[in-house]
Amino acid sequence: MTAAADPNAWRLATVRSVVRETIRAVTVRFDVPGWPGHLAGQRIDVRLTAEDGYSAVRAYSMSSPPGSPTVDVTVERVPDGEVSPFFVEEVRAGDEIEVRGPIGGAFTWTPAQGGPILLVGGGSGIVPLMAMVRAHAAAGDDADVRLALSARTIEDVIFAEELRELGETGTIRLLETLTRGAPPWWHGATGRVDLDMLSAFAPSPADEPTIYICGPEGFVETVVAILLTIGHDPAAIRTERFGLNG
Amino acid sequence: MPPGQHVVHDFPVLTYGPTPHVSTNRWSFSVDGAVSDARRWTWDEIQALPQETFTRDIHCVTSWSKFDTEWTGVSVDVLLRGLELGGGFITAWCDGGYTTNLPLADVTGGKAWIVHTYDGAPLPVEHGGPMRLLVPHLYFWKSAKWIRGITVTVEDEPGFWEQNGYHDHGDPWTEERYGVAFR
Repeated sequence: MTAAADPNAWRLATVRSVVRETIRAVTVRFDVPGWPGHLAGQRIDVRLTAEDGYSAVRAYSMSSPPGSPTVDVTVERVPDGEVSPFFVEEVRAGDEIEVRGPIGGAFTWTPAQGGPILLVGGGSGIVPLMAMVRAHAAAGDDADVRLALSARTIEDVIFAEELRELGETGTIRLLETLTRGAPPWWHGATGRVDLDMLSAFAPSPADEPTIYICGPEGFVETVVAILLTIGHDPAAIRTERFGLNG
Repeated sequence: MPPGQHVVHDFPVLTYGPTPHVSTNRWSFSVDGAVSDARRWTWDEIQALPQETFTRDIHCVTSWSKFDTEWTGVSVDVLLRGLELGGGFITAWCDGGYTTNLPLADVTGGKAWIVHTYDGAPLPVEHGGPMRLLVPHLYFWKSAKWIRGITVTVEDEPGFWEQNGYHDHGDPWTEERYGVAFR
């Protein structure tokens, strides 16, 4: 038997590949020797150290589900950010970067918990929810998993192809809404997430869904208020708020 | 600055769950548990206690620090004054169901307050208003938002984040960030 790994210890990870998701977002796939495994919804800390010894730490949600061969974080560029531009513009396969985790045991879901679950993501708030969607898809059961996703424009939808395919095969129910205009052929919703949209899309409060909301603070507060208006149990609502702290 | 932190100038919001909205008319604050006398104050009674205004740096476990934040509130020493305490720990409990645990030694001797004013204005609800705990020498999840009471406990009873993968104590200077989740 081995001792439990120190959760505060840094591990040296190697970038296996970088996947361009949108103009502003990439998925960085790490090989992490000795990775203890994680739950969908958890995050890691990443530490970059410059040659002069200056280092910067940021927390990023993982988009890879449990059991994935790599530990993936999906990073959207924050304007004037210190760390996110490095990932979105500069990082290359083979780069060695320190990581720590997994972190956070509260904003998590496993297929064993079953459904129904409602996931509501704003912008890059999709990232931890995507790990849940992928865990559900891998489980292959018939749990009721619904994802409402708000993005500014169609170019800002991260994981668009994969999500639409999962929607078309009925693995998840998918609602996409674009807040800053949509192309003529767009069949999804437009405008900000509102009461009508979520009333029609969310499971009934009587079915006691567990609800996960992730996005910027204002988005999270708005969605929480709507769901409480509809009658959902505040104790069933879990939130993760992304600051502009990149 | 503690190791592994970086400075921010805004004030990020990190909350697990809905933000509770509580009117100060219906608000009260309790001290109970292993104490010689349980106590309860209304909002106005708390305001009538001695107030302190002070400036401290705060440190979030997600690696941001914010310098020179100014707060006004009541020292935990004042809330516990004259009580015989039968335990060495507290659980801070809050609207919304959040709890966090602390050794008494970390909240007494001028180290912790319940605060209602930030930067000269009423504490905004997203930052824990109307009242939050402030324990600036520990990571900020210990500074519980929407606090409603302190329960003195004999045993150390891990709170919400302490059961969900965060360190039991949370000293930023020794980077007591994460523990083993056991929920």
